[in-house]
Amino acid sequence: MPAIQTDSSPPGGGLEPEPRRTSAVRPGDRIFSGLSKGAGITLLVIMAAIAVFLSIRAAVAIEANDGNFLTTFEWDANASPPYFGIAVLLFGTVVSSVIAMVLAVPVAVGIALFISHYAPRRVAGILGYVVDLLAAVPSIIYGLWGALFLVPQMTGLYSWLDQFLGWTGVFAYDNTPARSLMTVGILLAIMILPIITSVTREIFKQTPKAHEEAALALGATRWEVIRMTVLPFGRSGVISASMLGLGRALGETMAVATVLSPAFLINISLLESGGGTFAQNIASQFKEAGSMGRDALIASGLVLFLLTLLVNGAARLIIARRKEFTS
Amino acid sequence: MSDTVKDLNGRTPATAATGKDGAAADGGSPGGEGRNGKRSGSTRVLRPATLKQPRLPRWAPAALVAGSLGVGVLTGVLGGLESRLQWGLIAALVFVAATFAVTTIVEGRRQATDRLAASLVWTSFVVAILPLASLLWETIARGIPGVSWYFLTHSMNGVLSWQEGGGIYHALLGTVQQVLLASVIAIPIGLLTAVYLVEYGRGRLAKTITFFVDVMTGIPSIVAGLFVLSMWIMMLGFGYSGFAGALALSILMMPIVVRSTEEMLKLVPGELREASLALGVPKWRTILKVVLPTAIGGITTGVMLALARIAGETAPIILLVFGSNMINSNPFEGAQSSLPLFVYEQWAFGTESAYDRAWAAALVLIAFIMILNLVARGIARWKAPKTGR
Repeated sequence: MPAIQTDSSPPGGGLEPEPRRTSAVRPGDRIFSGLSKGAGITLLVIMAAIAVFLSIRAAVAIEANDGNFLTTFEWDANASPPYFGIAVLLFGTVVSSVIAMVLAVPVAVGIALFISHYAPRRVAGILGYVVDLLAAVPSIIYGLWGALFLVPQMTGLYSWLDQFLGWTGVFAYDNTPARSLMTVGILLAIMILPIITSVTREIFKQTPKAHEEAALALGATRWEVIRMTVLPFGRSGVISASMLGLGRALGETMAVATVLSPAFLINISLLESGGGTFAQNIASQFKEAGSMGRDALIASGLVLFLLTLLVNGAARLIIARRKEFTS
Repeated sequence: MSDTVKDLNGRTPATAATGKDGAAADGGSPGGEGRNGKRSGSTRVLRPATLKQPRLPRWAPAALVAGSLGVGVLTGVLGGLESRLQWGLIAALVFVAATFAVTTIVEGRRQATDRLAASLVWTSFVVAILPLASLLWETIARGIPGVSWYFLTHSMNGVLSWQEGGGIYHALLGTVQQVLLASVIAIPIGLLTAVYLVEYGRGRLAKTITFFVDVMTGIPSIVAGLFVLSMWIMMLGFGYSGFAGALALSILMMPIVVRSTEEMLKLVPGELREASLALGVPKWRTILKVVLPTAIGGITTGVMLALARIAGETAPIILLVFGSNMINSNPFEGAQSSLPLFVYEQWAFGTESAYDRAWAAALVLIAFIMILNLVARGIARWKAPKTGR
């Protein structure tokens, strides 16, 4: 405790007008700062505990696993030598999230530009508000809508894609219900739009007015202003926003669990059903899982945790570096 | 913003032409590209009488929208395309292409690029709004028939999946209890952490906490669920309960509370703190009596947004609360239900009456969350922090 006090009081004394010579720290102050510091440390402990507890259970499962955890294409964790691997899940998770990002980022940038530079001021205010509200719609409702409304809508589009691009194999389609990774990707794109939009919009709003006005004064059109000032200024912001969106998409459970018709195989065609994602697999296998099955699911959850940690951490580092750079 | 652009764009050629000769005219093509210079040079020779560049009439975008929609519908009907999505896509593509082509012919390349960008931005806006509007519309239209007083006040006990009737009382009760329990855990920790970060935290520890709070906002809800499962249920041996779900929800809630509170505390002007400290008030009392009350509106807003966020979480509830058809008013023992979980279960039954119940419950859930959101925004507007501005 005393060490903590010497740690925190000199800079505090430097910032606050508190005279330094009253060195006796009041007990109330000590308790309060200790409490708040404790709360902060609790958060760190929780993060560490998540990693530790998941790792412990995951180790049990991987130890007992008869297959290769990374390359096995099956999930038979309840069998008596359990046999499972995350290859299919990793593929499905990454592919659906990347589809979501590729679809969502340009649209989100478009909306952010619309709000910050194109829409009339009053409309822009309302829109920003609507975007924030949409971010609050629970994923299960997106899932319900996706499964009961979006899936039937996609059939026509997919047979169209099959007609023109079917030869690539990636867009082959067999006219089954469109409960595929592509549909999942599209749904995820809709779901991560609000977060990417709101972060990007904030960044675009910070573009120095002087830059924009300078470009305008040179006679630039609105698009030229955006291309010359707003986009270069906001580039890192857009990157980190899309990574935040990617993090969301990676961990999304319910929307995938309701829309996807899962199967433990990697289907080259993205339009046909099959595949799975980490979160979806955990949610749909959990009720049938025995104790080893749960450990196996936790092992796959650990991989998901690390994946999102990586993506989110990178996004935050980019934002933090940018903040230091601009302020 | 948009007005200035229009003004400047409108004025640019005119000011260029009021100048004496070629030099000023070159100023009128500020892209600085040789191609543009040449073009304006040649048009100057061709049309010496007009000072303005030709512009599309004001109704042109509207006409283009209408035209491309027409083309989309027409190809859709003639080509026998069943999905409205295709119609829309065709219309959008035609709109973007036609805008670019028409503007290139009438106004020139630079204006055309400008219009292309504008039409893309507008299209992306429409593309994004449509699914979201459809989502809300479907939920409301399919949900309203199922919502009744009976639906809100009865449980699903004894109702089979294909039968009509039943209700969400047990789920509502579960959601409210779990969310309240989660906030009882998360709010104090979140508030104190934010106080630490703003008022006390300096150096490496504060930086680490800030970073991990950010990272924590990105934890998938199912991972939080797995963590509580492995610790609370598998290691400590407790059973499924609403409280276990609340633990996972609190993990999801904490970083949101920290974030929003931190932002609000930063807005409290330093003069207030200094004034209080100068009067000899201890720092902890300054924080409790001056800083927190000043920011209380914003903090409440943040907390309610966090509540709205976790009220819709399904994944950890599946793992930890397990679901039940009966009313269980004790969140510390036995399986409960919750609204999002109810929606998922009913969807999974896959019968017509279950779908009806799922939509109705989804509507109730959305209404619940939207009310929380609106109240939060209301508080934010009503008690906006009094900054030094």
